[in-house]
Amino acid sequence: MTPLAAPTTTILVTIDEKTYSADPGETILDVCKREGINIPTLCFLEGVSTVGACRLCLIEIEGTRKLLPACATVVAPFQKVKTNSDRLKKNRRMTLELLFSERNHICSVCVANYNCRLQDLAHEVGMDHVRFPYLFPDCNVDGTNKIYNIDHNRCIMCTKCVRTCDEVEGAHTWDVRGRGFESRIIADFDEAWGTSPTCTLCGKCVSVCPTGALWHKQSVQNNMKKSPEMVSELTAKRGRKG
Amino acid sequence: MSQAQVVDVPESDPRVKQMLKVIKNYQKRPDALVQVLHAVQDTFGYLPMNLIRVVSKELHIPPSRVFGVVTFYYYFSLKPKGEHNCLVCTGTACYVKGAQKIIDQISASFGVKDGQTTPDNKLGLQTARCIGCCGLAPAVVLDNEILPRTDPAQITGLINARLGAKK
Repeated sequence: MTPLAAPTTTILVTIDEKTYSADPGETILDVCKREGINIPTLCFLEGVSTVGACRLCLIEIEGTRKLLPACATVVAPFQKVKTNSDRLKKNRRMTLELLFSERNHICSVCVANYNCRLQDLAHEVGMDHVRFPYLFPDCNVDGTNKIYNIDHNRCIMCTKCVRTCDEVEGAHTWDVRGRGFESRIIADFDEAWGTSPTCTLCGKCVSVCPTGALWHKQSVQNNMKKSPEMVSELTAKRGRKG
Repeated sequence: MSQAQVVDVPESDPRVKQMLKVIKNYQKRPDALVQVLHAVQDTFGYLPMNLIRVVSKELHIPPSRVFGVVTFYYYFSLKPKGEHNCLVCTGTACYVKGAQKIIDQISASFGVKDGQTTPDNKLGLQTARCIGCCGLAPAVVLDNEILPRTDPAQITGLINARLGAKK
């Protein structure tokens, strides 16, 4: 018996009342990106694995009560997707407010001010204040590295640095310690970054960091430019699909 | 937030060889990490930092991932535990049946807080979300032995009996 070749049919999905065709296996975010539909993302990075951690790309699918992350939801035939309903708008704003209140985000004194994905998204959804009290956790800044700094006060635990370090650089210097509210990004055995034997000082984690949590030592306030596309281009050149 | 107090085990300890044997039994497979850590914790009572380094090296797992796993599971401890350990279940059933009163009573009688040991290292107190014995609520686990339907009035006596029994 010869196995039948998998049928390569095109899937039709309806996104915001318009119908688009998609290939099987594509995620809703892939389709939206191609068709120019804006879905806010924070932890998604093309070229590295998807974790669905930030919950900003949540979308509504008809027939499901739950909100699903667009980055990790694969298209299905005749799916009806809403990307910008009132419920989603409310939800996105709340998620952002919770992200802001979880750590010590103060834009005016941040290196990434005006170059921050978190700040941009807050702008985009019209977040003018945070209704939740800031938690003000006790976070430290690790300045032991020669070239870079890590400031846990500004970290949003998107784990882009962890995935990039592991999957693109192959060093796996970063990982996450603890769980929930107490989780932190760690280098090796929760040691100083500067003396880490695994870190190659490649700086990819710094370029993908969406906030000012990782930054170049020489950059002063407001001039830290990030370039996450660099990592995506790199993986594309290596022939890995995002 | 600070790093756990580091208590190393000397490499000459015969149990270290035993640990390496366990790792070998798992053919140094990286996916045996949790089992190996379990074995280390069962032998030493906690996870000594220098041995975690050995585990990371032997299993070829990046240090940060090993440390992430160690700190993720509440079962693993980086600090030596007490001679005797008392684990109070604070799952829903036990909580409703008064687990907090039992914790308060133990804290008051022995001067020990949740997650800590007494200054003489005799008794350690821990809490767990649910130990799966909801029918025995409120349940306490004293040195791997389950004490069913405990009440704050008798818990001190039970622990004292245990502390005295082995000395």
